[in-house]
Amino acid sequence: MDVYFDHISTTRMDARVLEEMLPFLRENFGNPSNQHHIGQVARKGIGQAREQVARLIGCLNSDEIIFTSSGTEANNLALKGVVLANQKKGKHIIVSSIEHFSVLHVAKSMEKMGFEVTYLPVDNYGLINPQVVEGAIRTDTVLVSIQLANPEVGTIQPIEAISEITRAKGVLFHTDAVAAVGNLIVDVERLGVDLLSLSGHQFYGPKGSAALFVRQGTRVTPLIEGGIQERGRRAGTENVPEIVGLGKASEIAMQEVNSWSSHILRLRQRFWEGITKRIAHVSLNGHPDLRLSGNLNIGIEFVEGESMLILLDMEGIVASSGSACTSQALKSSHVLKAMGVEPVKAHGSLLFSLGKENTEEEIDYVLEKLPPIVKRLRAMSPLYKEKEEGDV
Amino acid sequence: MFDYSQKVMEHFAHPRNVGEMENPDGVGEVGNPVCGDMMTFYIKVTDGRLSEVLFKTFGCGAAIAVSSMVSEMAKGKTLTEAMSITNKSVAQELGGLPENKMHCSNLGADALHKAILDYQSRNAEQIVAKCHCPYCNGSIVEESSFCQACGRECSINRGG
Repeated sequence: MDVYFDHISTTRMDARVLEEMLPFLRENFGNPSNQHHIGQVARKGIGQAREQVARLIGCLNSDEIIFTSSGTEANNLALKGVVLANQKKGKHIIVSSIEHFSVLHVAKSMEKMGFEVTYLPVDNYGLINPQVVEGAIRTDTVLVSIQLANPEVGTIQPIEAISEITRAKGVLFHTDAVAAVGNLIVDVERLGVDLLSLSGHQFYGPKGSAALFVRQGTRVTPLIEGGIQERGRRAGTENVPEIVGLGKASEIAMQEVNSWSSHILRLRQRFWEGITKRIAHVSLNGHPDLRLSGNLNIGIEFVEGESMLILLDMEGIVASSGSACTSQALKSSHVLKAMGVEPVKAHGSLLFSLGKENTEEEIDYVLEKLPPIVKRLRAMSPLYKEKEEGDV
Repeated sequence: MFDYSQKVMEHFAHPRNVGEMENPDGVGEVGNPVCGDMMTFYIKVTDGRLSEVLFKTFGCGAAIAVSSMVSEMAKGKTLTEAMSITNKSVAQELGGLPENKMHCSNLGADALHKAILDYQSRNAEQIVAKCHCPYCNGSIVEESSFCQACGRECSINRGG
């Protein structure tokens, strides 16, 4: 059985998205910047996609959508673009300590460029306290960037409460919603954010398709200069097929996200209950309720994540882990660390991220395969020796 | 899968010599859970050779495969031979390790060496007693370069 529980890495493209893209890979090959009729078909395609993406996030003016090549580029544009364009106001940026690296590493390099960054702490659930945001805002603060949902532990932040504060203080607010858009209802008006990043391959769209919402009137310095594509904010001939695919994925998500997430939530509950019944010494990383429906991040004590991943993979089961051993840099998850999870527990973290195509049978299959894997590795572990016999 | 050689995967999937030892002659523990890997090696020494080697490991696929390989390589070897097992030779026997996992092979050899040193320190007196002069067969102390009984220059002859 082949079971995919790594939807936070990427999702399988919906067949309807591919159908929508195919004509733009063949007959509709034009350049949207051209006035002739071949170019106009392509232009129409991205115009429609812009509307579809805007509607998905409750944005009323599709001119506020800038297409980018990835969520990472959208985050880069949000941070560098806004900060560079608003230098007169100040040099201070606020981010959370559990942001994706496409925010954290940008913040680090902005520090080298002479900007100042405050990294906000999170609690044991990975939650940001809005009052802490308020306390960190200075008169020279230009931008606050806090993700909507954490890709690793799934924690959903109180974005509305934070945006009330940033608005009152006149500070721009960006949210990295890459893990959230297409997986839960996102509405930029209700959230009250000025900028929002999203990525197509997180919700059954094509890889390489993403967007940044930039509220009208927000000044952004382009990172890629050249022609006047994307109203001069992102130069370069548009990746028309992918943008069309992102549009279609947005349209589908808009209609189906509620049924997806209730199906996924049911599966996750079955999964978690099954694990707690079958394996001793496990804990849930992240918040019990304020989390992405598809996120099940668990800490399995006395064993290491990569070992579990390999043995799961041998059974056809694909997941991920926050263990240092699974990262190229051999660093354990900065998210779990910021949440105060002990290193030894972080090494034993497993992340199952569920998607719309997963089934109950797949959950039951993992529930059958995982306990013996844990048992086997625990029997090998020097950390487990004092534990009682009979534990799994 | 996971950038590992077939040999690494084979040892990971079917590790040799896993377990704890009752009354071991030497124990070597390395690593700590903060950096990710922990290994404990247990050895039994018979007639100057490693007659039994067991290990327990908390760590990634490479760490487990390395432990298994080290235990295989060490079994039956004299202490001196076992001390000359290096990170390089372990990695080589495993058909190579991904670059960022080379440190796992360090841990494996280190844990074995530590177990041997532990054995040697436990048996320090015994070792001294077992040194004999090749000329007069009198007992000699390890640090000495000459036989105190007959006065002749001699290198230490262990295991007599």
